[in-house]
Amino acid sequence: MSKLYKLTATEISEKIRNQELSAEEYLNSIFERIEKIETEIHAFITIVKDEALRKVRMIDRKARKGEKLGCLAGVPVAVKDNICTRGIRTTCASRMLENFVPPYNATVIEKLKASDAVILGKTNMDEFAMGTTTETSYFGATHNPWDLQRVPGGSSGGSAAAVIAEESPVALGSDTGGSIRCPASYCSAVGLKPTYGLVSRYGLVSYANSLEQIGPLARNVRDCALLLSVISGHDDRDSTSVDLPAKNYLDCLKDDIEGLKIGLPREFFGEGVEEEVKDPVLNAADKFEDLGASRRELSLSTMSYALAAYYVIAMSEASSNLARYDGLRYGYRDMNDEGAFDTVFSRNRRIGFGAEVRRRIILGTYVLSAGYFNQYYMKALKIRTLIRRDFQKAFKNVDIIIGPTMPLLPFKIGERIDDPLKLYMCDILTVPANLTGYPAISVPCGFKDGLPVGLQIIGKPFEEETILRAAYAFEQNTEYHKRRPPL
Amino acid sequence: MLSFCLKIERALGKKMVKNRRVSVEEVKHIAELAHIELTKEEEALFTEQFNRILEYFSKIDEVDTENVPPTYHVINLVNVYREDEIQESPIRDPLRNAPKREDGFFKSPRIV
Repeated sequence: MSKLYKLTATEISEKIRNQELSAEEYLNSIFERIEKIETEIHAFITIVKDEALRKVRMIDRKARKGEKLGCLAGVPVAVKDNICTRGIRTTCASRMLENFVPPYNATVIEKLKASDAVILGKTNMDEFAMGTTTETSYFGATHNPWDLQRVPGGSSGGSAAAVIAEESPVALGSDTGGSIRCPASYCSAVGLKPTYGLVSRYGLVSYANSLEQIGPLARNVRDCALLLSVISGHDDRDSTSVDLPAKNYLDCLKDDIEGLKIGLPREFFGEGVEEEVKDPVLNAADKFEDLGASRRELSLSTMSYALAAYYVIAMSEASSNLARYDGLRYGYRDMNDEGAFDTVFSRNRRIGFGAEVRRRIILGTYVLSAGYFNQYYMKALKIRTLIRRDFQKAFKNVDIIIGPTMPLLPFKIGERIDDPLKLYMCDILTVPANLTGYPAISVPCGFKDGLPVGLQIIGKPFEEETILRAAYAFEQNTEYHKRRPPL
Repeated sequence: MLSFCLKIERALGKKMVKNRRVSVEEVKHIAELAHIELTKEEEALFTEQFNRILEYFSKIDEVDTENVPPTYHVINLVNVYREDEIQESPIRDPLRNAPKREDGFFKSPRIV
């Protein structure tokens, strides 16, 4: 009974559907686990115990009556707090939205509910998803389960930490410049950023809408594929959602990568990437070769401009997307209403937003302003075209590209937070997938000094099956995903 | 001689763009446009940080992008149309999240 919380999502739903396990009994084990370690991890901003209990009792009733249950029957899902949940506050880890209760569900939430999943709570994150460490949260930092002194990565740090600390079997995150893959790497979780347009963004609070996607985090590739199968698919309510037939991503999980062509871009192992993370990734490349894949080195020469182009575009979009927060219809409103509307709005936005959010809004406004528009924004969009061409060319000769997810190991809380540029540099290997829209996954591939290293696998657009299959084959032939933090 | 002078001027001009620094006044102005109040300490701190970040951004100047079209979006976006049918609004209480309200209205700060 006591270790039920260790079950995978696949196991839980099977057992509950076969009535080998009561959803309520399982959920209680999860709550016990949360009770025990959440004060150390701080993965959640909100936990919805009563609602989750109501839901599992309903699932147990359905199971007893022999009614058909969905593929996530009784599976708790920890949801990043920038995904709207009807009746459950959705804060974006910001004081601005501290008391915001959405009147509707994001499409991914509707899909989870239709599959009989259980919303467990809302996870901590960098404020408005702007960060790489989960330290910019108004509610305080999340701690890395492998070393509580260190950052869990970000911005979906709460989601990754909850999964690896075994507070939830799976979670949803969002990835604008690496926000799923970075915490997956730093916590030794599996995290996938889908191809742009595969998963509906309806109900995801926008930060940089041309770059971001919602995606799954899990403890293994199968659970990641299961969750992706549920949340993907066309949605009329998101005009950037692509109309493709729904897929069951479990079908592609075969331990067979014979003939798979793997590319290793020199730039993923170049300047700014520490030796500690290179070694495990190169070992992974050897492993793929042992399993029948072929490898070749290649070059993505535009990579060195990706980070600058990414930040120009992301900040520009942020300045526009976050213009809506004025504290009038919702959001933070200061008691002091002195002055005309623009003075009041500016005050609400100073107090409601944290420093990093303000920094990005102001810089975004700057690079979009008359006189700088061409020099920064338009230039960055053109470089985005060149990076895309570079990727298209590279993928003519390979099926997947691999490299480290992060250029350095998880660092200490507080170590980099005072230097924004130094923090931005951490995203150097993850932003290309967002600029190009290509799918990418991070899977555990080793440890250095007890800290996890993530392997990033990038695939062609809408070929999630290929990266999942490669990740699955790697996982089946390694043991890294089985390690658990010493909690 | 003339062309030599022009060359120098161009080189100098380029250098000036590169070393151009954002002033505190500019940061204050942009923050005003973005509707964000700044404290005195923040004005100084942000100015220093912006200069370092913008200097890093200027890396993109090196790239030749002549005749390269911009990528606003990675999928070919076209307008999506639907029938104009009346649907029930999911919002039952529009004022629920309003921090200040009065007699069933949002309460706005002074406009004029």
